[in-house]
Amino acid sequence: MERYATIPIGNQGALGAIRQFLASLLEKKLVDALLVPLELPTGDNVVPTIVSSPEQVQAANPLAPVMPVNAARLVSRITMVSSSPDRLGVVLRPCELRALVELVKLKQASLDKLLLIGIDCHGTYSVADYGKFVGESSSPTEDFLKRVRESKGDPLLRKACQMCEYPVPMCADLTLGLLGANLDKEILLVAGTSEGERVIQELGLEEAKAAERESAVSGLVAERSKKREELLKQTREEVKGRDKMMATLATCINCHNCKTACPLCYCKECFFDSPVFEFEAEKYLGWAKRKGALRMPNDTLLFHLTRLNHMVASCVGCGLCTEACPNDIPVSDIFRLVGYEVQKLFDYVPGRSLEEELPLTTFKEEELPDIGV
Amino acid sequence: MAEENEFEPVIVGFFCNWCTATAADLAGTLRMQYPANIRPIRTMCSGSVDPVYILRALLGGADGVIVGGCPPGDCHYVSGNYKARRRMAILKTMLDTLGLENDRVWIRWISAAEGPKFARTMNEVTESIKKLGPNTLGKDWSI
Repeated sequence: MERYATIPIGNQGALGAIRQFLASLLEKKLVDALLVPLELPTGDNVVPTIVSSPEQVQAANPLAPVMPVNAARLVSRITMVSSSPDRLGVVLRPCELRALVELVKLKQASLDKLLLIGIDCHGTYSVADYGKFVGESSSPTEDFLKRVRESKGDPLLRKACQMCEYPVPMCADLTLGLLGANLDKEILLVAGTSEGERVIQELGLEEAKAAERESAVSGLVAERSKKREELLKQTREEVKGRDKMMATLATCINCHNCKTACPLCYCKECFFDSPVFEFEAEKYLGWAKRKGALRMPNDTLLFHLTRLNHMVASCVGCGLCTEACPNDIPVSDIFRLVGYEVQKLFDYVPGRSLEEELPLTTFKEEELPDIGV
Repeated sequence: MAEENEFEPVIVGFFCNWCTATAADLAGTLRMQYPANIRPIRTMCSGSVDPVYILRALLGGADGVIVGGCPPGDCHYVSGNYKARRRMAILKTMLDTLGLENDRVWIRWISAAEGPKFARTMNEVTESIKKLGPNTLGKDWSI
């Protein structure tokens, strides 16, 4: 059962209130450190940072609409060798949290001693668009929140965000609730676990009711789901079929940036970086002879199709693969399209729950009657 | 007899050691014929066939791929074939979603006792791939 409290905003603005809340977590030793997006001194980007001093946290900005990396990857980096010795609060967007849950199931991250703080997500811009947006605005965060309140469909939002039907964190101990909250007055703090409740108690925050939240969330989810249908249809028309698929991937240079940016490509050593793909010259010449010609680097389609096969069931659709592509291949659109079908097949939502088993690690005796007779 | 210009597909078969590969032996012992289009590869379990090998075969010029495993419930390693079934479901869903001829990929459960089923299935898959024609994807220089 979710419990709610409010963080009063006063005259410091929503961002000020969130900073104060985060600082109080450190001051009251509810966490020893926080992994949270911090504004760079240059001001044009926000990067995930481990912060242990309450002063430094005054540069935190989890509201900034930009996600240079999916922080699930960073939580994995921090906790994979050994779990955190001290209490670490991690402030994550819903897709980051979902990716983290998947990584925990893949045994690539540990939640020990972590306080999972989610934040409602209105979507993000590309790093370049965010830099431009900041340059043109005197108070970018306030301007962004104003855009969210006023407009329907921010054109700067990344495509992945426009069609993301999970704007609310799942599996969080605490959620900074922006949806349905009156951001002139207060932010809602949602406790999803007993740990979250304990933090609310320790902070002495006033219990509250969340009358508007549910309808605000379902409204946004409906809007995003509609957009998803529209964009998936568009993707289908753009990529489906041999020739379109080849045209879509034609500019791939096999740099593997999409794999590096992906929070869920979980293998410690990628098959495609392994000696399996080191061939003797005669192999290449042999292939060229058989086909008449061989495009180099080769195996680009094989790379994308294999990556799809290996992890699309866990794809959270954060869209950072597309962001990472030097040649603007819509990798994420393809993953979203295939992921939608594959996840539907197993009634699986990546990051929905820690208990649900990964589709490829489990099975039912009676299922998939069309596969094999 | 095959006509001179008839298309002869190359079909890669990944056959589980304990069931389908043994069924192939049995078919041989029973003097049952199956087409030479099948290029059998013995694997220890259908569950050990990573989709990358299937894709590699298809993109490398094979016209079809068939995976043969123990019937559900009879896996020598208890659950390998159930896992293979899920992998194949993902592979076929992906190919279908992207419009990449998922009917070139087959999976069949053929137990060690089913020599005749083995021969019959190999005839079926060969006929079916012949109807589909050559796999143009695997012959493209630009992939």
